[in-house]
Amino acid sequence: MKSAIIVFPGINRERDMARALTLISGREPAMVWHADSALPAGTDLVVIPGGFSYGDYLRCGAIAARAPIMDAVRAFAAKGGLVLAICNGFQIACEAGLLPGVLMRNAQLRFICRDVYLRVERSDTAFTRGYNAGQVIRVPVAHGEGNYIADGETIARLEGEGRVVFRYSSPDGMVDPNWNHNGAMNAIAGIINERGNVLGMMPHPENHVEAAMGRTDGRGLFAGLVDHFKLAA
Amino acid sequence: MTMKARVTVTLKSGILDPQGKAIEGALKSLGVGGVASVRQGKVFDIELEGADRAGAEAALKNAAEKLLANTVIENYRIEVTG
Repeated sequence: MKSAIIVFPGINRERDMARALTLISGREPAMVWHADSALPAGTDLVVIPGGFSYGDYLRCGAIAARAPIMDAVRAFAAKGGLVLAICNGFQIACEAGLLPGVLMRNAQLRFICRDVYLRVERSDTAFTRGYNAGQVIRVPVAHGEGNYIADGETIARLEGEGRVVFRYSSPDGMVDPNWNHNGAMNAIAGIINERGNVLGMMPHPENHVEAAMGRTDGRGLFAGLVDHFKLAA
Repeated sequence: MTMKARVTVTLKSGILDPQGKAIEGALKSLGVGGVASVRQGKVFDIELEGADRAGAEAALKNAAEKLLANTVIENYRIEVTG
C-alpha cells in the first residue's frame, strides 16, 4: 500500500500518521507538501492528517481546502482513489467538498482531548473491513470543532445510505447524549462519501496502534486498508 | 484609486451557534438588560483596486462564495461603501 500524507502549515499529526502507516503497512508514506500540484505516481491511499492548518483561521480547514494540492486530491478521489481524512483532515475534506456537512464548535465550547468510544457501524468498507459491524473501539480525540452538522436532507441521506461509519457511543455501544462529547448530529464521528472511497472522522485511530500507546484499537483501520489493497492486487 | 467594501458573514437561521449563546449568557450575567438573543458573525473589510463598482461586486461575490463564507451554514452580504 503506497500512501501519501498531505502536509499543510500548522498540521501536527502527520508524523503520528506516518509512524502508524509504516508500522502496519510496512511501507513509509510519502509526505506531500500543500503547494505541490501532483501526488506521487502510484499512490493508493491519500491521508489528510490532523492538526491546525493555517491556525484554524477563518474556519477550520477552510484555507487548506483551497491549497493547490487539493485539486490533485479531488481528482484522485473522483477516480476512486482512497482518501482518509482525520480530525483537521475531516474539516478540510468537508470544506473541499469531498464530504458533505461542516464541523462546528463543540456544543460545550470546550476543546476535548481524551479517549472516546466509537461504535463501528459498518464493516463492509475499505476503511472498516478490519472491524466487525457493531464493534466498539476506544480511540483518542483532540478537537475544539468536531460537532458535525448538515441540513436535514443530507443527514437523512447519510443515514439512509448507511454512510455513517463511526458513532460516538458508550463502552457497550449505546448511542446516548452523555457519550456524544461534542454534540454532533446523530452522534456522528465519521462518514464516507457516496462512492465509499473517502472517509472523514474526528477521532485519531493512528494514536492507538501499538502497545506503548496503551491500546491498539486503531490498528484495525490500517490493517483493513492493507488487506483491501492485497485483495485488489 | 481604491474602493472600500465590507463583506458580512452570518450563520444561517436554524444553525446552532454555541459561541453566540455563550456571549448571550455573559451579557445577561453582566446585567445588560433587554438582550433576547445573540448570534455571532464575521466582518471582512476589503480594499479594492480601481473604480469599477460592478467589477468589484463580482469579485467580492466570488471571494465570498469561494472562501469567506461556507454557504452550507453561512449567509453573506456585500456592501461597496466608497
